Amino acid sequence: MTQHTLSISGATCQSCARKITDALNALSGVNGVQVDLDNQLVLVSAEPDTPIDQLRDTIVEAGYGPKDPHSEMLAQAASSAAAHPVTDITLNITGATCAGCVRTIEEALRNTPGTEQAEMNFADRTARVRTSSAASDLIQAVQDAGYGASEARPEDDGSEREAREQAHYKQLLTHMWLGLGLGVPLMAWGLLGGDMMVRPGETSQWVWLGIGLATLAVLATAGRHFFIGAWKAFNNHNANMDTLIALGTGAAWLYSMVVVLMPSVLPEAARHVYFEASAMIIGLINLGQALEVRARGKTSAAVKRLLDLGARTARVIRDDKEMDVPVEQVRTGERLRVRPGEKIAVDGEVQEGQSRIDESMLTGEPMPVEKSVGDRVSAGTLNEGGTLIYTATAVGRDTALAQIVAMVKKAQGSKPPIGRLADQVSAVFVPTIMIIAVAAALAWFNFGPEPRLTHMLISATTVLIIACPCALGLATPMSVMVGVGKAAEHGILIRQGDALQTSSKLDTIVLDKTGTITEGKPAVTAILCAEGEEENGLLQLAASLESGSEHPLAMAILREAEQRALPLSDASQFQALNGKGVTAFINGQRYRLGNRRWLESEGVTVSLSSDSLTQKGATPLFLADENKLLGIIGVADRIKHDSREAIARLRDAGLTVIMITGDIQASANAIAAEAGVDQVMAEVLPEDKAEKVNALQQEGRTVAMVGDGINDAPALAQADVGFAIGTGTDVAIESASITLMGGSLHGVADAMAISSATVRNIKQNLFGAFIYNSLGVPVAAGVLYPLTGSLLSPVIAGAAMSLSSVTVVTNANRLRLFKPARRKA
Amino acid sequence: MSILINLSGIILAGLIVWWFWLSKPDKRKRPDVTGETTVIVENGVYQPGVIHARAGQPLTLHFDRRDPSPCAEQVIFHGLEASEFLDNGKVTTVTLSNPPRGEYRFTCQMQMYQGRLIVD
Repeated sequence: MTQHTLSISGATCQSCARKITDALNALSGVNGVQVDLDNQLVLVSAEPDTPIDQLRDTIVEAGYGPKDPHSEMLAQAASSAAAHPVTDITLNITGATCAGCVRTIEEALRNTPGTEQAEMNFADRTARVRTSSAASDLIQAVQDAGYGASEARPEDDGSEREAREQAHYKQLLTHMWLGLGLGVPLMAWGLLGGDMMVRPGETSQWVWLGIGLATLAVLATAGRHFFIGAWKAFNNHNANMDTLIALGTGAAWLYSMVVVLMPSVLPEAARHVYFEASAMIIGLINLGQALEVRARGKTSAAVKRLLDLGARTARVIRDDKEMDVPVEQVRTGERLRVRPGEKIAVDGEVQEGQSRIDESMLTGEPMPVEKSVGDRVSAGTLNEGGTLIYTATAVGRDTALAQIVAMVKKAQGSKPPIGRLADQVSAVFVPTIMIIAVAAALAWFNFGPEPRLTHMLISATTVLIIACPCALGLATPMSVMVGVGKAAEHGILIRQGDALQTSSKLDTIVLDKTGTITEGKPAVTAILCAEGEEENGLLQLAASLESGSEHPLAMAILREAEQRALPLSDASQFQALNGKGVTAFINGQRYRLGNRRWLESEGVTVSLSSDSLTQKGATPLFLADENKLLGIIGVADRIKHDSREAIARLRDAGLTVIMITGDIQASANAIAAEAGVDQVMAEVLPEDKAEKVNALQQEGRTVAMVGDGINDAPALAQADVGFAIGTGTDVAIESASITLMGGSLHGVADAMAISSATVRNIKQNLFGAFIYNSLGVPVAAGVLYPLTGSLLSPVIAGAAMSLSSVTVVTNANRLRLFKPARRKA
Repeated sequence: MSILINLSGIILAGLIVWWFWLSKPDKRKRPDVTGETTVIVENGVYQPGVIHARAGQPLTLHFDRRDPSPCAEQVIFHGLEASEFLDNGKVTTVTLSNPPRGEYRFTCQMQMYQGRLIVD
């Protein structure tokens, strides 16, 4: 398939477009035709062997041949631009030392195919290029010219984005002043008893004509975007807010102009002008939009803050030399240095050094984390302590930070089910309002008192203006955006809007034991010594025995010995006996470390009781020499320091907290008692966890599952809401709807608190929006007329409408202040 | 006169129903399915408003936002779990890796900007 872009001329309407399309479609090999009337171009998709001359001739025969053959070249240029859309690329330039270089670089960039514009800023050594070619081509062109170039990060232009938003804000304010500048004096004149009626033949008729033309000018300037938007939407068979505003203000102006120009066709009582309504409404709605722009800037603050976390430059070690390069140029596998106070530039693994890293921006946990050789570091986190050298393991889009940003952005666009009704209503809202406006006008015409024409106009206009589809449409997404962002600030990544709603109504929470309630890493919790032995001596022996082992229990003993700075002795003839223990010779003496049954079967008398250890859920390891017991080392997976408090928070919130584990009942009970859970499910095989969750759901409960490992994935997926906790495996994160970046169970309680607050906020917004529209529209139509004897002014409707969406956005912004409460001790 | 006005009103309501709900933009005008399209976001609408794609093939959409109105800042693909923030004055690329067969709406947050994605 080949794309051709051909120039046309004289095609001014849809019927011309149809003629061109039909003529081209009649040719064999043509598969698609698109006519662009604005640019007088036609885009033809055809088989590669279709001669382009035949296409051109067909257009000429149809009567729309190009005026200027040169325009064909332009069309081709536009075509290549369409294939690769024109974008602005900013390059950082190196090696430019004089103003003369600027011209050379600009020329090199301009000569790159697809470049429309290239300007270099010598002061900050950047070049801005508007082009359809790739950044790599531009960089190559600059390098060929003898200089260095790299692409600047797109996020760098935060200030530019702000400047654009500011310009838009100012424009809206100017439009507001134009509208109100004309509308307020006119309205004041009317309110102060001035004559708003047109009397044929009097000078006032000419004055009103002048005011009518001034109003037209306001509509054409300050209200231009509403009219263009309405027209474009209409062409697409859509109707939007612009449609309502354009119809409302347009109808008021048109009626008033008929009154001014042909007063005699209307009954005397109906010769009232409503220019002030048109001007005021345009002014007020521009004001509303300006306020909304301001309020909205804050709703996406969380994502902006995450984006700002990324480092701009990185200190790379290449050929033993250190150099600062833009972070985009770092490749995986490269070595980087980070000094105290600097940000980690890309994800990596520590090669040298030791330091504390503040990871709170990602995990929400305030305490800095110790990092040493072999530990992983994440882009965007802050190095607080010493200097580290690390190898880049993930760069650019692959870093954890970039993935978090992508995930948050995606979740911010998703909607919980609660918002679906509003969606369905929004989809049919505007045409329905238009029909109600027509119905109201007819009702006033048929049943209303005189002046019927005036009443028809006011009721229809007011209905159109007061109806606010925006408040309805914004109610859910605004709160979701702020809520998901707020959660991200606390290290909680919510993947779908559904999870927000479900989390707010959970009644049961199942916590995996290992790694969720506990550290997931066994540690020495107690040492019992036989008579004549002392703790460090036992530990030293045990660690020396285990120095060749990688068993988790052995690791616990080795870590403890290392912490106590105990030197290890050489062990020989090491043997690991599966399910029993280990044995080795130290200084010619045989030692054994293992379970009670094995040692007893080997003829060792076990004179010490290990009950005190097992009661606390620890695994006892018995240490013996050739014939007697030396001591018992208790190793246990300790519960995290804040698990108990977090579980208490969950229980306070009315949840039934259940611990699930493969451990035997006794040790499970010990941990459960320490953690303070309501129920224990012990001796559950990993593959049965999902079934247990399912069984709870069958009882009618709404269940959350919290876990971290691969074997938790099915249960996480089965639960109504799955929480992957801490540095969980990718599989667990994939199966969970919420990921907690930090390892603390407080994250679960925080996530539920934020979810509830968000859902509450959505409900407030939806309630407000539905009530506003369902009360506002009937009042505007005039249902209160029998009571009040007057109709709602379209100007009041304009004010109400312009404030309604601001109210929604402001209410959503309140969520930014939400702070999950910690439990008072 | 009275009948005339009532009749005009009823016809007007009928036209609204027909134009906005019953009749849809010309389906015969099938633009080419290239898997890559630039969508201009301007003046309250997406252009083109209807995008065709093939099932099982990736679809790349370049959203060129030229509209400063805050509503335009996000595009949401309903039913596809996809959304993206659009920077004003910039082209933002959205890639749908494997959209399943069906018709999907894509809109701004308030659903005032509306487009349809037809995957067949």
